[in-house]
Amino acid sequence: MTKEKFIKRFFLFFALLSIFFLAGILFVLFKEGISAFGKINLGGFLFGRSWYPTHTPGEFGILPLILGSLLVTVGALVVAVPLGIGSAIYISEVAKPGVRDVIKPLLEILAGIPSVVYGFFGMVVFAPFIQRIFDIPTGLTAFTASVILGIMALPTIASIAEDAISSVPKSYKEASLSLGATEWETIARVTVPSAMSGISAAIILGMGRAIGETMTVLMVAGGAAVIPHTFFQPVRTMTATIAAEMGETMVGGIHYQSLFAIAIVLFLLTLTFNIIADHISHRYKKKMTG
Amino acid sequence: MKKRKIVQTIGFSLLYLSVFIAIFALSSILYFVIIKGAGVINWEFLTSMPKEGMTKGGIVPAILGTFYLATGAILFSLPLGIFAAIYLSEYAKQGRLVRIVRLGINNLSGVPSIVFGLFGLGIFVKFFGFGVSILSGALTLGILILPTIIRASEEALLAIPESFREASLALGATKWQTIKGVVLPNAIPGIMTGAILGVGRAAGETAPILFTATTFFCSRLPSSIFDEIQALPYHIYALMTEGTHSELQVPIAYGTTLVLISLVLLINLLAIIIRYKMRKGKKW
Repeated sequence: MTKEKFIKRFFLFFALLSIFFLAGILFVLFKEGISAFGKINLGGFLFGRSWYPTHTPGEFGILPLILGSLLVTVGALVVAVPLGIGSAIYISEVAKPGVRDVIKPLLEILAGIPSVVYGFFGMVVFAPFIQRIFDIPTGLTAFTASVILGIMALPTIASIAEDAISSVPKSYKEASLSLGATEWETIARVTVPSAMSGISAAIILGMGRAIGETMTVLMVAGGAAVIPHTFFQPVRTMTATIAAEMGETMVGGIHYQSLFAIAIVLFLLTLTFNIIADHISHRYKKKMTG
Repeated sequence: MKKRKIVQTIGFSLLYLSVFIAIFALSSILYFVIIKGAGVINWEFLTSMPKEGMTKGGIVPAILGTFYLATGAILFSLPLGIFAAIYLSEYAKQGRLVRIVRLGINNLSGVPSIVFGLFGLGIFVKFFGFGVSILSGALTLGILILPTIIRASEEALLAIPESFREASLALGATKWQTIKGVVLPNAIPGIMTGAILGVGRAAGETAPILFTATTFFCSRLPSSIFDEIQALPYHIYALMTEGTHSELQVPIAYGTTLVLISLVLLINLLAIIIRYKMRKGKKW
């Protein structure tokens, strides 16, 4: 092998490391978590209605946790999707260059705030506020967590959606405007629909971000492992359960294994979201470049 | 015609409103943290050990811990990320292999942070036997920030004009000599931006270090990479959820949050400034 060829292989090795790490994560999760299914059956694990891991005998049904995660994620999307896409359209189509140069870094700063800071702000400022205005026993609810998570997911959605919107060819817009459409009609009927697949990829990635977020929901969602009935009650997500309970488990015990099993569910969920988003945006790029 | 104008006005107002809400959220977080945190921070807070069960004293072990973790993470991740980026920008041809590599990078960046924590626990703490330590935490964070580093480095490499490479190759340099002598040196500012963003990300993460590196209280500063440590983000969480004197702990948590947020924002600002200067300064 020539020196040049060897160098190429060397760099290829490092490029493949991400996949190697991804496989490693999956392997570790299965290695630590798979034995849980020797003791709990898969149906009882996924659809069991009670999570009492420390009782004897323990109960390991994660349905309340899955529903908690879904509820908070859906709530976050209700906040983040309109705001994120609205911001993206504003930045790419409406804002003057000077304004854009200010708003974009501000959104980057919002994205850079650590999740524990959002959680802290939620606990000391936002939750007491929610408790007061809705007059409920605790401000730590699925609603509170949803709003905060939504704000956190906003910059993710805005930045990817903006990429998609600003890559719509100028000729599309000019054609629409020259036919007499207003700027708004052009945005609503030409630009945004053309960027739709990129925007959907943004939404799916935002969803992955929200469902995998840990510290905020751990601190703000209230932590009750029960099947939720309303937005205004405490819930507990899969991520928060792992974070809150792993420290107290016995290594190799069934509780420890079941937390790894939750992580398997979480990993596969987010992997699916990411692959779908990737697929959509890949197809979109092909379409745009002809 | 009038109706269409009105629809446009309403539509634009909704767009202004979304941006306004985003900026409002950012400002209110910063406002509360600065107003309530500033009163807590003084020289003693930044330089002394915690006292009396975390109800008094400073946060120096948490500041040091975060510094060690972020430094360790970037030392591990930067070479791996640059090498991967060199492959993607200089060698890869569009095709199946590259698509798989990119899918791997995208998916790695989508893995929930708590899952990284469990991975670190399983592999570094238990399997390699590093225990709950700076080393385990830094390696876990290093893998977490790898996609950030790869993307920023690749962007920096791709920004180097093709003519630079052609000129070097035309002079008889090999591909590797071209990369080493022409492409990489010109890409350094861009790569630095990525590295800085990576440090900021690593400094702010909590979930990955929960079971791999941190403890609520260290009576002394760490003396080796196998010691467990405190860290700023975890310290905020612990102050809010552990201990019994919340009226004394919340102000300290405000102070710690202000320190963390200033650190992360300064780091991000630095990256933004470098990138801005680069775009302005270089016209090749």
